[in-house]
Amino acid sequence: MEKKIRVLVAKPGLDGHDRGAKVIARALRDAGFEVIYTGLRQTPEQIAEAALQEDVNVVAMSILSGAHPHLFPKVVELVRGKGLTDALIIGGGVIPEGDIPALKEAGVAEVFTPGTNTADVVEFIKNNVKL
Amino acid sequence: MSNEKIQEELAKYKASVEKAIARFPERDHLPEQRLYTPLDIKGDDYAEEISFPGVYPYTRGVQPTMYRGRFWTMRMYAGFSTAEESNKRYRYLIESGATGLSCAFDLPTQIGYDSDDPISEGEVGKVGVAIDSLADMEVLFDQIDLGKVSTSMTINAPASVLLAMYIAVAEKQGVAPDQLKGTIQNDILKEYAARGTYIFPPRPSMRLITNIFEYCSQNVPKWNTISISGYHIREAGSTASQEIAFTIADGIAYVEAAIKAGLDVDAFAGRLSFFWNAHNNVLEEVAKFRASRRIWAKIMKERFHAKSPKSMMLRFHTQTAGSMLTAQQPNNNIIRVALQTAAAVMGGTQSLHTNSRDEALALPTEESVMIALRTQQIVAYESGLADVIDPLAGSYYVEAMTDRIEKEAMEYIQKIDDMGGAVAAIEKGYIQKEIQDSAYKWQMDVESGARTIVGVNKFQIEEEPPKNLLRVDASVGEKQVKKLHDMKAKRDNEAVKAALADLKKACQDENENLMPHILAAVKTYATLGEICNVMREVFGEYEAHISL
Repeated sequence: MEKKIRVLVAKPGLDGHDRGAKVIARALRDAGFEVIYTGLRQTPEQIAEAALQEDVNVVAMSILSGAHPHLFPKVVELVRGKGLTDALIIGGGVIPEGDIPALKEAGVAEVFTPGTNTADVVEFIKNNVKL
Repeated sequence: MSNEKIQEELAKYKASVEKAIARFPERDHLPEQRLYTPLDIKGDDYAEEISFPGVYPYTRGVQPTMYRGRFWTMRMYAGFSTAEESNKRYRYLIESGATGLSCAFDLPTQIGYDSDDPISEGEVGKVGVAIDSLADMEVLFDQIDLGKVSTSMTINAPASVLLAMYIAVAEKQGVAPDQLKGTIQNDILKEYAARGTYIFPPRPSMRLITNIFEYCSQNVPKWNTISISGYHIREAGSTASQEIAFTIADGIAYVEAAIKAGLDVDAFAGRLSFFWNAHNNVLEEVAKFRASRRIWAKIMKERFHAKSPKSMMLRFHTQTAGSMLTAQQPNNNIIRVALQTAAAVMGGTQSLHTNSRDEALALPTEESVMIALRTQQIVAYESGLADVIDPLAGSYYVEAMTDRIEKEAMEYIQKIDDMGGAVAAIEKGYIQKEIQDSAYKWQMDVESGARTIVGVNKFQIEEEPPKNLLRVDASVGEKQVKKLHDMKAKRDNEAVKAALADLKKACQDENENLMPHILAAVKTYATLGEICNVMREVFGEYEAHISL
């Protein structure tokens, strides 16, 4: 049997808006992925640790509070620091277009903004994940 | 026309249009029936179910005069960066004709952390203003007369602390607590269910809330002690009926907790207020507002035996639906907000915040906020919608939908009662699951095209990324931390220590009202984080129920 793609859906920071994270988590699960949702208020350290423990292929972060310039790169750094060099790291939320180049520079593979179809996220993961 | 005759004519009408309608399968699959007639409201007794404005069950509005007396309060939710910056925005809003203030706090403040706490990194001043101590609050309301303005504060878990700071600032301005007008959100149950800024577990949280009810009934009598909020439940994805059902279930839990704490229902219930969402479906929203008033009135009278009419009146603030704003073609949001405003006004709101067109992208610019405020003013002064009280009453459709939403909401409330009330239903994850299911269904409907969102899944265009978004300066965090450290060096640290020790003792005695102790602590310039940490030590922290 083909190995299932394992995804950690994570909410870094203090932001409580998790409608998007939960919808994405469910859509990814319906697409046949194994999905783990961290719940709210995770520090970058907690997320990296969970990614390691759960041995995931993908970390999908969601922030709507504007803290993404600080928190997204930090998660990337810590996840990589745990030796998960191949994990695909993506993000989403209320993120102005102008912030995206810097996030990509920091190692976030793709940033999904409001209005994104869940199917596009599924597609992106399938095309870019390294198993 | 007799009902039999209407029935007959209706059958003829249906037969005559069947073929024509069948040519439009996309439009024929809408959930609502096509046409409403007197048959749809034949069960309604005018005196019992609808009645007059200012008269039980308040379906038509809580005040007898509604907007023929005065307009709703135009209250724009604002706050970002430092207290200095937010104070400037507040004064700009007041000069532009806003009639009330509404404070947005940053996430560390909402969760009871100081700006120098490691967990606050990256969040300081982002979604609202950072408040660490009374010193920040003094700056926030500098040159704003707290005896005149009414202030709403979106603060929940640490509501007691922010209210105490507000009382202390007013005192310094020479304004007595009994002159203060405003609202604290103070609604912890929806934080567990939908919004996420909880700190303590339900039991001590409910104690803090009833302490506030009691303290304010004696000392700050014009203050709305809670804003029981469906807004965030709707934003998290619920339907209209779920929004009011889960919120009223929360309301029932607060009333029960206060009665259990020994308060007389009429001593506090008149200061309970609600907070609704104004979503895209204009007529459904109007029906929702009307149904919510009727349900609350009946519950307060029949279930809690309130005697004062004020206890039975559901007064509410409204905010237009942030989740319905699109990042695509953001100017279209101006139109969405105008329609949502129309719904809130025809539904009889007491105050209203209108969202700005750019909020799916960032915090709003001053220009966008001005358009949003002007939208309210145009609806108030030009549209005629505010000229007649409850203008949609008697519409077959709106009355039938008001009945339908009341029925659906009451079924949910019954179910939650059977589970042991809102606290139990939240602890089981029931309410969260219902909301998530609705959110998922909405998203799938958008993706399948069953639901159209203009500019998102239909009528898309190629767009340039929007310019001129508001940016919160990254140095805000550092500035705020420096201010905090300077303040701590100047204050009387012995007095702070003593006040915190006294607060800890009070926390350990369940019969003690915490408000006076918190007020004493904030006056020593004890920080929000210090005060909340004392409570964390005694009360512990809430562990969320995670389910997908």
